[in-house]
Amino acid sequence: MKVVVCVKQIPDPALPGELDPTTNLLKRDGKLILDESDSYGVEMALQLVEAAGGGEVSLVSMAPNNEMSGLRTALAMGADDAILVSDENLAGTDALGTAKVLAAAIGRLSPDLILAGVESSDGYTGTVPEMIAGVLDLPSVTFAKQISIDGDTVKAQRQTEAGYDDIECKLPVLLSVTAGVVEPRYPSFKGIMAAKKKPVEALDLQALGIESNTVGVVGARQETIRVTEAEERESGEIIEDDGDAHQRIAEFLGELKVV
Amino acid sequence: MSLNTIMVFAEGDESGPTTLTLELIRAARGVAANVEAFVLDDGSSMAESLGDHGVSKIHAMGGAEGKLVGAHAAALMADLVVSNLPDAVFFGQTPDGRDTAARLSVRLDQPVITNNVGVTVEDGVLVLEEPVFGGTQNIFTAFRNDGASLALFRPKSFEAESIGGAIAEVSVLEGADPGNSGTAIVTGRVIEERSGPQLDSAAVVVSGGRGLGQPEAYELVDELAGLLNAASGASRAIVDAGWVPYSKQVGQTGKVVKPSLYFACGISGATQHLVGMKGSKVIIAINKDPEAPIFSVADLGIVGDVHKVMPALIETLKAT
Ligand SMILES: Cc1cc2nc3c(=O)[nH]c(=O)nc-3n(C[C@H](O)[C@H](O)[C@H](O)COP(=O)(O)OP(=O)(O)OC[C@H]3O[C@@H](n4cnc5c(N)ncnc54)[C@H](O)[C@@H]3O)c2cc1C
Ligand SMILES: Nc1ncnc2c1ncn2[C@@H]1O[C@H](COP(=O)(O)O)[C@@H](O)[C@H]1O
Repeated sequence: MKVVVCVKQIPDPALPGELDPTTNLLKRDGKLILDESDSYGVEMALQLVEAAGGGEVSLVSMAPNNEMSGLRTALAMGADDAILVSDENLAGTDALGTAKVLAAAIGRLSPDLILAGVESSDGYTGTVPEMIAGVLDLPSVTFAKQISIDGDTVKAQRQTEAGYDDIECKLPVLLSVTAGVVEPRYPSFKGIMAAKKKPVEALDLQALGIESNTVGVVGARQETIRVTEAEERESGEIIEDDGDAHQRIAEFLGELKVV
Repeated sequence: MSLNTIMVFAEGDESGPTTLTLELIRAARGVAANVEAFVLDDGSSMAESLGDHGVSKIHAMGGAEGKLVGAHAAALMADLVVSNLPDAVFFGQTPDGRDTAARLSVRLDQPVITNNVGVTVEDGVLVLEEPVFGGTQNIFTAFRNDGASLALFRPKSFEAESIGGAIAEVSVLEGADPGNSGTAIVTGRVIEERSGPQLDSAAVVVSGGRGLGQPEAYELVDELAGLLNAASGASRAIVDAGWVPYSKQVGQTGKVVKPSLYFACGISGATQHLVGMKGSKVIIAINKDPEAPIFSVADLGIVGDVHKVMPALIETLKAT
């Protein structure tokens, strides 16, 4: 079985995010890491291949400056190889442009299964996976919280507002997985060493046969026209509990007429 | 200056449209002269309520039983959007809303702008407002496309408003098979049990997070919620850990709540949690870390241990 996992490499979310004052795009220079949202897809792929008795897990990522440290993390977890798409014309690409690029890369691999995260930590459009399925004319199951494969059929639970739906679909199919669906493994020392030698194919737009005016800022056909500071919520009274904070809360609830 | 026509992707069931759908109609009415809606049944169940909120016409797409909505609805919508040329199509930020917008975006080759909380028309084009960095800044983005603009809106960004409009005219959309993209089928539907006040409409919400320490401690949240006639909610950390179902999750990927009182117990206040509850009228937080970001939005913050403060509060409330 051949599984492709889309993995986004993002600026460390622990650091404060920043907009570039001239372009109003999120700054993405500097070291990028594996988006935690995609570590679940990687783990799920590894488990499904194991359960199927063998196969291959390939990664696909689009990132600036041939950045691959996040890919190395996923390779260290156990993925076999990766395609990295990097091109200066990709700056400012929106969700649809990203999906066109990733779909072109995935198309080269003819996988049985494509996995992605429900939403990325920095862009959180939650639309890229379904758009990839659209470009490739494939069925999809978004918000998958459990996945199993039985012959050429995928069974999955799709999270809904009220509970979940049971879904069945023939391969090939794309699924986006929710956070927490599996417990991502930590790369072992052996895995980290092995990852350094695993193949990463670097491609640009020309290699993928994509016209540069269909992606990037031009392809996105939208413009950030201003950025404003939101009104700050004032913080109120902060007290240390010395044994009777519950009384202050009860009093406060009384003032609010909640009790 | 306003736009001509905006079409709204309406969601709901036999009992009528969702509140979010009515909010979208309000948003569309604010910027366009004519509002129409796509509905996933024969249209009869919503003709009255959508009309009342200002929809002139319903495009009925038939039921989607056994199918996944996104691929199916987008195939039907694409042809109509191409022939009728609305200025925009609005969607709610729900799983089916996102799927449908994404599929339609590919079919029409049109951009989608997500996570919006506001909309205006400036110089004849749609401008959308999206909060970023945990709601500390707002980005305003203008469409620069030719053709229908696609936009997704977060819940509770607009007030639904009934304007006493006439029953909407219903026209049936036919044809358009989604082909291979529509071959995933729904074989079963599981509704997780829900009782008491609903999270997205309750006047009081009590939420718990990882600071509760263990799944059993969520009982403290349930008990306090019971005493305050509140709905119980959760941070994603404890939903991911399997302590409580996803339907309780508050935040960016969960529910947006705007109760008169939000009570956060053992929740750090990550930006993705804050965007789901910052609009609450009053916020009370209990956290043992005085530096926890939740305190920056709290009206009453208790630096303390949930295992001490909550049981004592429960006893006090029971006694009164
Ligand atoms: C794309 C994306 C989407 C996300 N969507 C959501 C979302 O919708 N909703 C959401 O909630 N999160 C969401 N998150 C996750 C979010 O970033 C946080 O990880 C999460 O909210 C943390 O949950 P928590 O506050 O319960 O846990 P933690 O951050 O671990 O905080 C636990 C808190 O409990 C306190 N504590 C510990 N022990 C005690 C005690 N005995 N008494 C009192 N306090 C104690 C600690 O001081 C700490 O502040 C999302 C993340 C991403 C990347
Ligand atoms: N640049 C990218 N490279 C690889 N995968 C991506 C990229 N952008 C988005 N994805 C995938 O799409 C998912 C959802 O992203 P988003 O639509 O941005 O919320 C992510 O979790 C990834 O799996």
